[in-house]
Amino acid sequence: MSSPSTPLPASQRVVIIGAGIVGNSLAYHLTRLGEHDITLIDKGPLPNPGGSTGHASNFIFPVDHSKEMTQLTLESLRQYKELDVFIQSGGIEVARTPERMQELQRRVSSAISWGIEPVSIITPQEIKELVPFINEQLILGGFYTPGAGVVDSLRAATIMRERAQAAGLTVSANTEVTGFDVEHGRIRRVHTTRGDIEAERVVIATGCWSPALARMAGAAIPIAPSVHQMIDIGPVPRFANAKGMIEFPIVRDVDTNMYERQEGTGLEIGSYAHRPIMMEAEEIPSIEASALSPTELPFTQADFDPQMEIALELMPEIVGDESVGVKYAINGLLSVTYDGLPLLGETPEVKGLWSAAAIWIKEGPGAGKTVAELMVHGESEIDVFESNIARAYPSMKTRTHVFARAGEGFNKMYGIVHPSEQWETDRGVRVSPYYERERALGAVFYEAAGWERPAWYQSNAGLLDEYGDRVTRRESEWESRWWSPIINAEHLAMRDRAAVVDLTAFAIFDVTGPGALGVVQRLAMRQMDVPVGRVVYTPLLTPSGTFKQDLTIMRMAHDVFRVVTGGAYGMSDLKWFVDHLPEDGSAQVHDQTSAITTLGLWGPRARDILASVARGEVSHEGFPFANWRALEVGPTEVIASRISYVGDLGWELYVPMEQGQRLWDLLFEAGREHGLIAAGSGVYGTTGRLEKGYRAYGAELDGEYNVVEAGMAWGSVKEQDFIGRQAHIAHREEQPAALMCTLTVDDHASAGGVKRYMLGKEPILTPDGSPITDRKGRRSYVTSAGSAPSLGKYILMSYLPPEHARLGEHLLVQYMGERYPVTVESIDATALFDPYNSRIRS
Amino acid sequence: MSVLVLMRDAGDELSLQALAFARSLGQATGADAEPTAFTIDGPYAPASWGQTVADLVTARSPRAVIAPGTERGNEVMAHAAAILDEPLSANTTAFTPGDPPTVTRVRWGGSLLEQALLRGGTLLITVAPHAVGAAPAGVTPEVVPASHHALALAPTERVGASSGGVTLEEASVVVSGGRGVGSAEGFAVVEELAGLLGGAVGCSRAVTSAGWRPHTDQVGQTGTKVAPEIYIACGISGATQHMAGCKGAKKLLAINSDGEASIFAHADYGVIGDVHAVLPAISAEIRKVRGA
Amino acid sequence: MHVYACVKRVPMTGGRITLTDDQRAISTRHLGFTVSPHEECAVEEAVQIVEREGGSVTVLTLGPSESEEQLRDMMAIGADRALHLLTDGEEWDPQATAAAIVTAIRADAQPPDLILFGNESADAGNYQVAVRVAHALGLPCVTGVKAITIAGGRARCEQEVPGGRDVYDAPLPSVVAVKEGINLPRYPSVPGRLRAKRKPLEASSPERPAARLEMTRLELPPDSGKQVKILGRGPEAAPAVVEVLAELGVL
Repeated sequence: MSSPSTPLPASQRVVIIGAGIVGNSLAYHLTRLGEHDITLIDKGPLPNPGGSTGHASNFIFPVDHSKEMTQLTLESLRQYKELDVFIQSGGIEVARTPERMQELQRRVSSAISWGIEPVSIITPQEIKELVPFINEQLILGGFYTPGAGVVDSLRAATIMRERAQAAGLTVSANTEVTGFDVEHGRIRRVHTTRGDIEAERVVIATGCWSPALARMAGAAIPIAPSVHQMIDIGPVPRFANAKGMIEFPIVRDVDTNMYERQEGTGLEIGSYAHRPIMMEAEEIPSIEASALSPTELPFTQADFDPQMEIALELMPEIVGDESVGVKYAINGLLSVTYDGLPLLGETPEVKGLWSAAAIWIKEGPGAGKTVAELMVHGESEIDVFESNIARAYPSMKTRTHVFARAGEGFNKMYGIVHPSEQWETDRGVRVSPYYERERALGAVFYEAAGWERPAWYQSNAGLLDEYGDRVTRRESEWESRWWSPIINAEHLAMRDRAAVVDLTAFAIFDVTGPGALGVVQRLAMRQMDVPVGRVVYTPLLTPSGTFKQDLTIMRMAHDVFRVVTGGAYGMSDLKWFVDHLPEDGSAQVHDQTSAITTLGLWGPRARDILASVARGEVSHEGFPFANWRALEVGPTEVIASRISYVGDLGWELYVPMEQGQRLWDLLFEAGREHGLIAAGSGVYGTTGRLEKGYRAYGAELDGEYNVVEAGMAWGSVKEQDFIGRQAHIAHREEQPAALMCTLTVDDHASAGGVKRYMLGKEPILTPDGSPITDRKGRRSYVTSAGSAPSLGKYILMSYLPPEHARLGEHLLVQYMGERYPVTVESIDATALFDPYNSRIRS
Repeated sequence: MSVLVLMRDAGDELSLQALAFARSLGQATGADAEPTAFTIDGPYAPASWGQTVADLVTARSPRAVIAPGTERGNEVMAHAAAILDEPLSANTTAFTPGDPPTVTRVRWGGSLLEQALLRGGTLLITVAPHAVGAAPAGVTPEVVPASHHALALAPTERVGASSGGVTLEEASVVVSGGRGVGSAEGFAVVEELAGLLGGAVGCSRAVTSAGWRPHTDQVGQTGTKVAPEIYIACGISGATQHMAGCKGAKKLLAINSDGEASIFAHADYGVIGDVHAVLPAISAEIRKVRGA
Repeated sequence: MHVYACVKRVPMTGGRITLTDDQRAISTRHLGFTVSPHEECAVEEAVQIVEREGGSVTVLTLGPSESEEQLRDMMAIGADRALHLLTDGEEWDPQATAAAIVTAIRADAQPPDLILFGNESADAGNYQVAVRVAHALGLPCVTGVKAITIAGGRARCEQEVPGGRDVYDAPLPSVVAVKEGINLPRYPSVPGRLRAKRKPLEASSPERPAARLEMTRLELPPDSGKQVKILGRGPEAAPAVVEVLAELGVL
């Protein structure tokens, strides 16, 4: 087979593989940012190369509970509108159950928090007026988003490609990648059916084919190509006179995992209700061997039969019309990941090999722009830390894990997913050395970075009696779900006596070598040239002076720094350090995560307990705060670090993984007379932390907010240069647009008299019920929420603009459709509990 | 043993191809004589014609009866096979002697070939059009009178006879339009060129499905199979369904705005460009050349 | 009227056919299945005739158990019941196929007034099963039919021939093999689909006789090896095109 195509360039700065919505958008944004010598290739023809873009349903509902996903969608919508390929139709998510009605109220909260208006809860009658052919008898109400609509994603892709071509982009269709050359860990060359291209950077933007391409290069893009069933029926007599292409709002029948939408004279019915149907990327048929396209697989009728019954019941006039035929029915392939989020950024395995995958139509152009910014500037306007491909631990990239979680997540696409909801499949992948001990104590395990980590211990139920009324019970089922009052009892026991917390999920890595100090100085905001033995808590900043991470670094030796960071983004952090190692090889990073385990020991009795088992100095004077010391505890060699994330005296105790259980046993033996308990992550991550006003990365701290706004700009700026320094200095000189504040809820009683407890992401409103927007356009919303058992209060954290960031300011929080009074109690890092840190420093 | 060849007439191209096939079959099986070509005399009545072939087989015990794989050839031979209760290899491209012999025949309109054992007392075979070269004209077929068959039906009338235009099957030029033509009205430029070249208008299955052209214009596996001197494919992507209908063309010229369209892999000549820009230019050029 | 329509399950192929390793079948791992286009028209024609004349449509297939999917598809567009002659997946030659169909039709309590076939199957293309069934049942047969009109106990059938259509006036009962274009088959409606699940389907397992046309191997035809000569881009290519037309002598 020959082709009239022009030959490929021999060498390029960037090669983008995949000409769907993502690849084209990325090409366009790269040229817009001044990038040049770019080639876009696809194994299929243009404009529809046969990937998921070609058969996508193309509708966009902007509201999502995830801020990051919503921001990508809003940016995409902006671009689709600019490209003039968006038809606003409105969309309604209908509820068939009271539980769903509550979920729709949660969506209203998220809409306000992310600044999407107008949205509203509407009645079945109002739905009937908008969608006259719906059987309103079946529904209790709906969440109406007038701004929802439908895009022409292929057209958008084409326009962006043409704009990029005008700016010099080379395009080569029908060009299949056959291999990659990787030299010294860096991508060098792409082999294609039309010749080789030398490339500095290669981006895989091939949707459900991405895993196969990544494997060819020795990298991983963990996606399970999964089937989504959809049919088109028509022509519908009622739609014969439809004015314009789309006249009726899109209906998402979320309780049945389905949607129905009119386009032209047809009605499209789609489903996420069927059994997960997944396949290997390598098994996706070729274009030539496909009847329709590689991603439009043969429809499996039996899987869709129940959905036909449901659609018939919901829209009998249309779906039940004997003259209306099923004109098109496919099992459409799309990309599903193990955690439901995209995979963006440079792969950790191969330098210069980037992923722009697992992106759906609603995120496409936004993701294209974001990846382009990351490639050109090293940071992006929308912080996509949750989607960073580097986030995955090795176990998460395995086929077993990816397929198990993608399958489980598939049916939750339209589900009511609790913020603390736990995965059921493929659990027990990473267990700490304490796992058996924890099980014996009745630990309720949550997953953290793949680890099984106790959230609380059933064996501590006896503490509920001990603390009686000081432990609040939750009356509503929703807030009691994935929660236990035992958490608050464990908290009080820790504050009274002492608690051991399993911190194995930490990611730990050592930066070593003559250049190590230079590396940590460049990345850490705080002074790292400290004496050996010191522990430094420090933000890592983006070039714009916002948060890349916050973590602790211990100076273990003159040229050894140990970085300890939260498990969730530990692998992303590891890559950040690796990316900033000096070219001359004078520093290295060694991942110690699987070698070292950590126990937290905190509480007023912590020193007594440690002193009774440790050889070595543990007095306040001999072992001051923010220092580490090597101790012997029985036969275990412990690195004890005197810091605390819960606000009490104590240590993080690091030991080799295989000695962890022994350390646990020694501590509990010694702790028996001191009333030592095991406490779960509920105390560590929520109650203990919030009483102290400690910020958490991913909640209070992200790429949208700077250090000054977070209230963490104490001390002087270090002299040595570090990433974000210039921006940070500027931030110190300007009036912050918002300040991280601690609020407490004044009254939890709902209209129905049931006490309700916010769980996070709810909007903060002015006393008259208006949303609060800072001068940078950011809404005030609850970044973290939780009990403060020692204070008998319920804490909400939120950024507030200066006019509201005033002590004693009365505001409202909107939760489940109702508003609750709240009061600002702290406008800086001052904690509500033990504000002078006397406990920690005792 | 002899080989019989059912011909439409002495000059029919496909019948001469069947004759050529019969000759090589005869040589391969050591037949003692030149194949005997015959035509059937009498009005067309499929069952009667099938009976005629069956009677010849009974009377002469030939090794094989070969016919062209046309609609009629296949129909008559099917009747003969049913009457004789013999297997029939339709649309055959090759023959390999053996016991039983092996035939190669087309499947999927030519997208696939099948090797099959033919276990017939008399080998009944129709020859796929254009699978073999035609024998030189000049044979004088024996004229066999049509036999009688009780169930035979004969056409009572012919309707919808073409109004003088060239039929797709016979046209030496076919100008065919696909989805890329864009609309029913868009076919004006296709008709114009076909008219100038004295050719017929064809189309792809996508076009008939969209209702832009009648099914009679459809070229493809389930439409008409054409064999012109040149097939001009305009805005046609090149699906196998379609290619099965135009593989008989001697030359193929593809005109498509997508330089990557798979039709170019099947084409002898290509023009990259929009049908609505290219076709009028060609028509104008033809007029200019002829005017000169 | 009682009308039979006989169909065959065939894969929905794409632009390129790939074979199984033993070269005895098309690789269908990622392919859907349908009935041959001519046969879908046969079912549509049967349904339309019964809509006008009254009666019932029986759809019949000889094929593996998976062929039930196609029988349900055909019942979704209006066939009333289905007969499934089950095979073990092995290919049946045209004589064996015809014999099994004849046995099934003879065994049916309600003799058919009209038996419709597609002119030839999309895959094997043997062009003979309808004719064999007609002879075995002692019925007249018309093939290549693009129009059927039922009137006065007879079927007026128009057979497509080069340059027009030959009209056959067939008495009923008859066997008629139709071609695509005779009608535009309807899409199934959702209620039709759901009803099809509950329509009666009778299955039987005929014995396969020894094949007399026995497929041994499939192969892909050799690549044309053509090299396209690009004559130009856009209207500027016109003179080059006309030159080619002149060379070929069609100008």
